[in-house]
Amino acid sequence: MSEPLLTVPPLLSVRGLRMHFPVTEGIVRRRVTGEVKAVDGIDFSIARGETLGLVGESGCGKTTTGRCILRLERPTEGEIIYDGANIATLDGKALSQYRQRIQVIFQDPYSSLNPRMKIGAIIAEPLHVHGIEPDTKKRDARVRELLSVCGLNPNFADRYPHEMSGGQRQRVGIARALAMNPEFIVCDEPVSALDVSIQAQVVNLLEDLREKFGLTYLFIAHDLSVVRHLCQRVAVMYLGRIVEMAESDALFDAPLHPYTRALLAAVPVPDPTVEQGRDFQPVKGEVPSPMNPPSGCVFHPRCPMAVPRCSQQRPEPREIRPGHIVACDEVR
Amino acid sequence: MPPLLDISDLHTEFRTGAGIVRAVDGVSYTVDAGETVAVVGESGSGKSVTALSVLRLIPDPPGRITAGTVTFAGRDLLTLPEPEMRKIRGGEIGMVFQEPMTSLNPVLTVGRQITETVEQHRGLSRAEAAKRAEALLMQVGIAEPARRLKQYPHQLSGGMRQRVMIAIALACDPKLIIADEPTTALDVTIQAQILELMKALTRDLGIALIIITHNLGVVARYANRVNVMYAGRIVESGPAAEIYHDPRHPYTVALLRSVPRLDRPRQARLDPVEGQPPDLTRLDAGCAFRPRCRLADEGCAVARPPLVPVGNAGHSAACFKAAA
Repeated sequence: MSEPLLTVPPLLSVRGLRMHFPVTEGIVRRRVTGEVKAVDGIDFSIARGETLGLVGESGCGKTTTGRCILRLERPTEGEIIYDGANIATLDGKALSQYRQRIQVIFQDPYSSLNPRMKIGAIIAEPLHVHGIEPDTKKRDARVRELLSVCGLNPNFADRYPHEMSGGQRQRVGIARALAMNPEFIVCDEPVSALDVSIQAQVVNLLEDLREKFGLTYLFIAHDLSVVRHLCQRVAVMYLGRIVEMAESDALFDAPLHPYTRALLAAVPVPDPTVEQGRDFQPVKGEVPSPMNPPSGCVFHPRCPMAVPRCSQQRPEPREIRPGHIVACDEVR
Repeated sequence: MPPLLDISDLHTEFRTGAGIVRAVDGVSYTVDAGETVAVVGESGSGKSVTALSVLRLIPDPPGRITAGTVTFAGRDLLTLPEPEMRKIRGGEIGMVFQEPMTSLNPVLTVGRQITETVEQHRGLSRAEAAKRAEALLMQVGIAEPARRLKQYPHQLSGGMRQRVMIAIALACDPKLIIADEPTTALDVTIQAQILELMKALTRDLGIALIIITHNLGVVARYANRVNVMYAGRIVESGPAAEIYHDPRHPYTVALLRSVPRLDRPRQARLDPVEGQPPDLTRLDAGCAFRPRCRLADEGCAVARPPLVPVGNAGHSAACFKAAA
């Protein structure tokens, strides 16, 4: 599989990544009875300063992919090349050093902040863990700076998470991610738990920070409109595989894979005139179990374009136009 | 013809440690037979509490309906004796809630949960009820209904569970279904299936539908009329096309402007609604949206703006600045 020629090597490059989880039965004697192929052979890369969107429905493996890159999971197979080095098998001190360069923003600002810690302590914790800023005064100053960078009053350092609204908490989560001056941030559904009127504020903040600090994002989300707004390129996952990947506008204006088309058509647009004007047929069926994925193309049982060979042969991703990759043999 | 449901000046409050929360603060709207009405708003805007008040499902204490009338098919639901009200809940008014896993009973089979409804409301025998349950599952698009009836909720997928919820809501031929965020917990392709199913069923059976949601796209695709709520009040109300193409309340305007659109190339920057959602324990006498409003001036602090007609027929907004 080829990808667009990059003049500089990408910051992150994922090759043949697989993450399989064992399924066990029995309480006293555990037996492995199967495996969930959460991520089943994916390739992508992200250039420095770029934002790649990773979209798909629950269970498609997008969060697991993020967790592998953060090395919260050790991948079953494959390489994760970060800035020239394979980090898929790192451990010990080298892993700790790698983790200083990448950070994560979680979905739920209610469960991802420790309710017993003050905001200041939450933001300072990564500095503390990595022994970056032992001087308390300097650390406090850094916390106040991070709060104001994220659009919060620096005095919030003395408050507890429960005193803040959802949008404010998510800003705290972002400030914590920035504390280590990371180059790369995995954003795992960072706005989906927020109220509609607050989402745009946080999206704008993420954009501002990207520009200000030259950040690179992997943006995992199921809200496709936010992805279109924020990402330069988008990869669509289905049952552990990438079915389509392209520049944002190319993917959203002219999706090629039948799953991407179904996914985009399912999203209602906030405009009654547009909605009344289209003939909408939702895709049939539900996502099959990743424990027992369909043979051949994993989407074939639901696919309106499926032909007999789709159930036998797994379609390999191919570059159908420059920079536009599709894993479907029926797409020309 | 009078509307099927007429909610008039409804007030519901909760007594909390932080003070009295007026979750619903003078809400009026109507639903005609067979029509789909959307109630849009963010968390805490009072959209769900309004619906729960209609069904008298507000936990008391801490909640209490303090004023207003709810007329459904000629009867005032707020003064109806409890046994009569029980006939209406799940009978003439069906309900579909957000989280199908928590609103179905985990220790009863799917079949039992449906037959329970029809036995209670219709006095059908067990055998008749079982037949009805099978027919209902078929109607909501569940394959192999006989097998599914014997299964428990945890054996079904989220989309399937929501189909079961719809089957229960349909069980007694309701005149109205209240769907509170029916697809928020579901994936987007399943959301589309469920909404299309609800649209087809309500259209074919002539059932009125109140759909409570925060998703502006869902409203645009499915609703005839829209009520926008903010801080316990309806701030704008009207036909869906009017609300989207000629919004008059600054909150509606700001909300529509803030959402990125899937069908348009990216804009340079989103234009968010500034500020934080209101704290309902600390509202003053003025307009609740005032702290976030770009048009607000001293006049807005004096009183709550009433909902008055603006623009074309049936369109109203609660804003001193909304030009008539």
